[in-house]
Amino acid sequence: MHTPVRHPENSGSSPTDPYVQLITPEGVRVPDPLYDRWVKDVDGARLRELFLDMAVIRRIDTEATALQRQGELGLWPPLLGQEAAQIGSGRSLRSSDFAFTSYRENGVAYCRGVGMEDLMRVWRGNAAAGWDPYSVNMAPTQVIIGAQALHAAGYAMGISYDGSDDAAISYFGDGATSQGDVNEAMVFAASYQAPVVFFCTNNQWAISEPVTLQAQVPIANRAPGFGIPSIRVDGNDVLAVMAATREALDRARTGNGPTFVEAVTYRMGPHTTADDPTRYRDAAELEQWRGKDPLARVQALLETMGLFDAAFAADVDARTDAAAAELRAACLGMPDPQPADVFAHVYAEPHSWLDRQQEQYSRYLSGFAGEATRS
Amino acid sequence: MTTMTFGKAITAGLRRAMENDPKVLIMGEDVGKLGGVFRITDGLQKDFGADRVVDTPLAESGIMGTAVGLAFRGYRPVVEIQFDGFIYPAFDQIVSQVAKMHYRTRGAVKLPLTIRVPFGGGIGSPEHHSESPEAYFTHTSGLRVISVSNPQDAYTMIQQAIASDDPVLYFEPKRRYHVKGEVEEAAEAQLPMGAARVVTPGSDVTLVAYGPLVPTARDAAVAASDEGVSVEVIDLRSLAPVDFATVEASVRKTGRLVITHEAAQFGGLGAEIAASITERCFDYLEHAPVRVTGFDIPYPPARLESHHLPDLDRILDGVDCVLRRPSSLAPAPGRTVSAVG
Ligand SMILES: Cc1ncc(C[n+]2csc(CCOP(=O)(O)OP(=O)(O)O)c2C)c(N)n1
Repeated sequence: MHTPVRHPENSGSSPTDPYVQLITPEGVRVPDPLYDRWVKDVDGARLRELFLDMAVIRRIDTEATALQRQGELGLWPPLLGQEAAQIGSGRSLRSSDFAFTSYRENGVAYCRGVGMEDLMRVWRGNAAAGWDPYSVNMAPTQVIIGAQALHAAGYAMGISYDGSDDAAISYFGDGATSQGDVNEAMVFAASYQAPVVFFCTNNQWAISEPVTLQAQVPIANRAPGFGIPSIRVDGNDVLAVMAATREALDRARTGNGPTFVEAVTYRMGPHTTADDPTRYRDAAELEQWRGKDPLARVQALLETMGLFDAAFAADVDARTDAAAAELRAACLGMPDPQPADVFAHVYAEPHSWLDRQQEQYSRYLSGFAGEATRS
Repeated sequence: MTTMTFGKAITAGLRRAMENDPKVLIMGEDVGKLGGVFRITDGLQKDFGADRVVDTPLAESGIMGTAVGLAFRGYRPVVEIQFDGFIYPAFDQIVSQVAKMHYRTRGAVKLPLTIRVPFGGGIGSPEHHSESPEAYFTHTSGLRVISVSNPQDAYTMIQQAIASDDPVLYFEPKRRYHVKGEVEEAAEAQLPMGAARVVTPGSDVTLVAYGPLVPTARDAAVAASDEGVSVEVIDLRSLAPVDFATVEASVRKTGRLVITHEAAQFGGLGAEIAASITERCFDYLEHAPVRVTGFDIPYPPARLESHHLPDLDRILDGVDCVLRRPSSLAPAPGRTVSAVG
């Protein structure tokens, strides 16, 4: 007789498993004996800045999505709903730390100081990497799921060999935790006590696959098996994310090795602009997460504190509109790459085959000079 | 006869294979509810259940390795690799395990595994989404490698691949998924999986292509005939083994060979075909075989891919070269040959 296979939908981690939360979805600041100390310095003014950061990257995200719809970008991976995870962690880093991210951490890139044109370059299809990694201490966005976790572990090994108190941070999704690379990165980081933070943005979905297909227990529970302490945090709570990341970074800086942070959040939009989430996920689930919006709760808290007045609201509007306008102008003003760029930088030193191909191709192109193409 | 797109023809072939053999199962990322990112498995989970159309964790080595285990147990897994550039995490399982199991066990263990790979460029994707990795696999003994170029072949060859007792890599030219064609679902396959096909007969030049470039090669033949040149286009269909007999027969007739593929040139399939045909037909050749391929570069960003991909004009430039007409592939006048060039 055929016994039904147990399908992973029936079990696994759930967003209601316990996590660190400092601001409730209603905007109430809840004390936490362990984590309050990491955000003691975050006063009203700082909280406003964090709100503004989140509002700006939300606006950048909306504008980029619009640019994609208008045919100006090839693709865009929206970060809507993940603002607190990206800003709370991104604003915890210092400039000498080094970030290794996936394609979705455009808000982290913003925190690192990546300019708008550089942010757009890859998605417009102009270049394979948008910025000079050493100018912002952030690796190019990674498309191969999980590969960057190993790069961060290795970079962190280098930090400790150098005797520095910098840290490396690697961002990846819940789906990525199934890859060998992420698991191997944890093995290396633990073995060498590397100063690295593994920041897992658990947005509940890997394209159409729910997190329960990747993990039968909360993802944060996996790291201790590698000998790595972990924190599960409300990923829609910018303050909690900041506290957790700061604790993790402090552990790295003080020679106490890697930490795994699971930020529990939700991808409110499609996986990318090429995806149709209505094929696989429930509208009710989306609605439920709308009530946990990372911006709304900070706004509510600021309102309680008397810090969300009309002047601030107007300032936020002006700053977000300016960011959107800057993004659009940078995107549309970007020059197209030249044919010779096809051959540039494949090797650091001259290469005889490629030189020959380049020579043949430029001869080929010059054959068209002043004539319509044959086809 | 039914008119269907390339993509739907693969779906229909998969469906028929699953109906015919309960041991056939599909595995991969997003193949279930979503029907795959290209919708090739659309509707199959609904009809065959989650035990036969299995959404897997996001781990290519895991997918391939568990498929090996399922094959040990008598299943015929059909694995979907979401995009060409994501096959590399599974590379070790494919070349070290899948390819060698039959040989190592002296035939005791069969690995009737089909690996579907949407491959190639031309759709303006980000990096890792437009690769042509076929040569890595043709270089590995124990694997069969095929690439389809039209809906009818897509339909029949997926079934042949699944029915084969050997592991088969089935390369799907993703930029042709929406091309429509006639598919005869009832008919038995016209050609065995390993056979090449003469697409358009001709007498002056043999033009070998496969997968995404077959339609381009056909267009080039039409353009050449406007200039009075008769090009015979051959769709290779099977990349390992290559049906050299069909190519050889053509070259004996035409005396000239052009091979085109999107993959990089060095160490590519074009090099192998050029060398093998030269060995077999040296006395018949009027000119050295010429390759029109992607450059030896990482696949470029979307706004540069039109330079990298062989198009009709570059293929005609190659045709000019074997006809000894002015061509950018012929040595430049006065060019000295460098010691290492
Ligand atoms: C090695 C590899 N396999 C498959 C893909 C295709 N792919 C791109 S994103 C994605 C889902 C990733 O999910 P997750 O890790 O949870 O990150 P999220 O997109 O949710 O931020 C998949 C399967 C890929 N980019 N790399």
